[in-house]
Amino acid sequence: MNWLEFFAMKGYAWYIWGSYGIAILMIAVEIILVIHKRKITLQQLRLIRDADKED
Amino acid sequence: MNKLSLWGLFGLVIRRDLMLAMRRRADVLTTLIFFVIVVSLFPLAVGSEMDMLRKMAPGVVWVAALLASMLSLGRMFSADYLDGTLEQMLLVPQSLSILVLGKIVAHWMLSGLPLVLMAPVLGLQFDMSGQALLVLVFSLLIGTPVLSMIGAFGAALTLGLRGGGVLVSLLVLPLCIPVLIFGTGAVTAVTGGVSAASNLSLLGAFLLMSLLFTPWVSAHALRISME
Amino acid sequence: MAINWFKYAAPSTFYGLAGKLVPWFAWPAAILFCVGMYIGFFVAPTDAVQSEAYRIIFIHVPASILSMMIYLIMAGYAALGLIFNTRLSSMMATALAPTGALLAFISLWTGSLWGKPMWGAWWVWDARLTSELILLFLYLGFIALQSSIEDPRRADRAGALLAIVGSVNVPIIYFSVKWWNTLHQGSTVKMSGTSMHIAMQQAMFTMFAAMWLYAIAIALLRVRSIILERERNTQWVTELAEMQQ
Repeated sequence: MNWLEFFAMKGYAWYIWGSYGIAILMIAVEIILVIHKRKITLQQLRLIRDADKED
Repeated sequence: MNKLSLWGLFGLVIRRDLMLAMRRRADVLTTLIFFVIVVSLFPLAVGSEMDMLRKMAPGVVWVAALLASMLSLGRMFSADYLDGTLEQMLLVPQSLSILVLGKIVAHWMLSGLPLVLMAPVLGLQFDMSGQALLVLVFSLLIGTPVLSMIGAFGAALTLGLRGGGVLVSLLVLPLCIPVLIFGTGAVTAVTGGVSAASNLSLLGAFLLMSLLFTPWVSAHALRISME
Repeated sequence: MAINWFKYAAPSTFYGLAGKLVPWFAWPAAILFCVGMYIGFFVAPTDAVQSEAYRIIFIHVPASILSMMIYLIMAGYAALGLIFNTRLSSMMATALAPTGALLAFISLWTGSLWGKPMWGAWWVWDARLTSELILLFLYLGFIALQSSIEDPRRADRAGALLAIVGSVNVPIIYFSVKWWNTLHQGSTVKMSGTSMHIAMQQAMFTMFAAMWLYAIAIALLRVRSIILERERNTQWVTELAEMQQ
């Protein structure tokens, strides 16, 4: 299988890989953001709980 | 105090809003002036070639009407919200939907109707034919009330929020797109030699549907915003 | 064994369930995605009319269909929350919105990149793409509205009303744009022959399933954070394992 030819996609390389590339990138970003949001939320909740304990 | 009938209240709301607006005539006029300026910007921006202008005309006038209508939405509920009148309106035993409809009618008379009346003058700037002008005015006559109604829904949802006019526009403009399409479509049809009847009847259908649903939905939105 | 489904309508129980379900959707999604890409790129043949460029449809079409489906599901959840006053339903709607918007964006981006080699323009005002753009605006409006309202209950209800009105409008908008488009453009999507090669169908279906499972997984994950934030003052949150640190 000629990989160079495969990636060239008969000249449409930019369009095809650009589409899939951005799609996969955005999905990855979404996953990272959701996981990050969970971390931050837990952190904030712990802060609030500790702040309440101090009173 | 004797109890007002439902339609009595309706008339009262309209008269009150009109009276209040008359005291601040500048507000009404600025919307109108905005409309005129926006429409005049286009020939300046794209050149004065008559053929192109004639083709662009319905689109330009309609987009300007949409934008002008968005501008004046802030006024619909916010003044009453700020001075507490809106809260009183929520307590009224008569239907809130009719009250909202009254506000919508007043809003249209102050923003939509002037646009309808101004449109022929502006259409002439674009060298529109008499027939096209007539259809344009008629499409605006049927369409601008729908814009006011959709706008009322947006204004009710965003009552008191920061974000202000931009947020309302973001919410309302996508919903107004069908009106835009058929409003301009009517004029394009007639300039192309075809009847504008289908476009105009669809606009009429939108008008009827909005009349049935928007006051009720907007009243619901008001209650949500005011809790 | 009788399962008390209504038990899971409470945020406290759903939180645990969602956490357990995520991997069951995430892993199959990833696997199906790889399988779909394989079929799409290595099994499906080159199209006679559109050459290699048609392969974009394997991500474009599922993204479009899903973005519309998710909007309706989101509106459905929001409506449930509005009618039955259930907090969790509204939280699910809020959790679905960003994913739906993302898919709408991917649909537009890939659609544009497909349009350029096929019809020579970065943007073609065809009915589907234009409706997709408006759908994106509807999503963004929903997200913007909810972000600008501080009170969570008002945000839930206002968003619900907007989503419901939006869903009623989606068919109207689609019809209007379709009508408008027939005036201005003739070209429709044509591939060689009227029926698609079986491998193309398989790839499309697999990718669709993959993305659907992904959407469910990510929404469940997102709703967990939303639940935590909204329920922060409750006993069960303070007693969670994650919180013991």
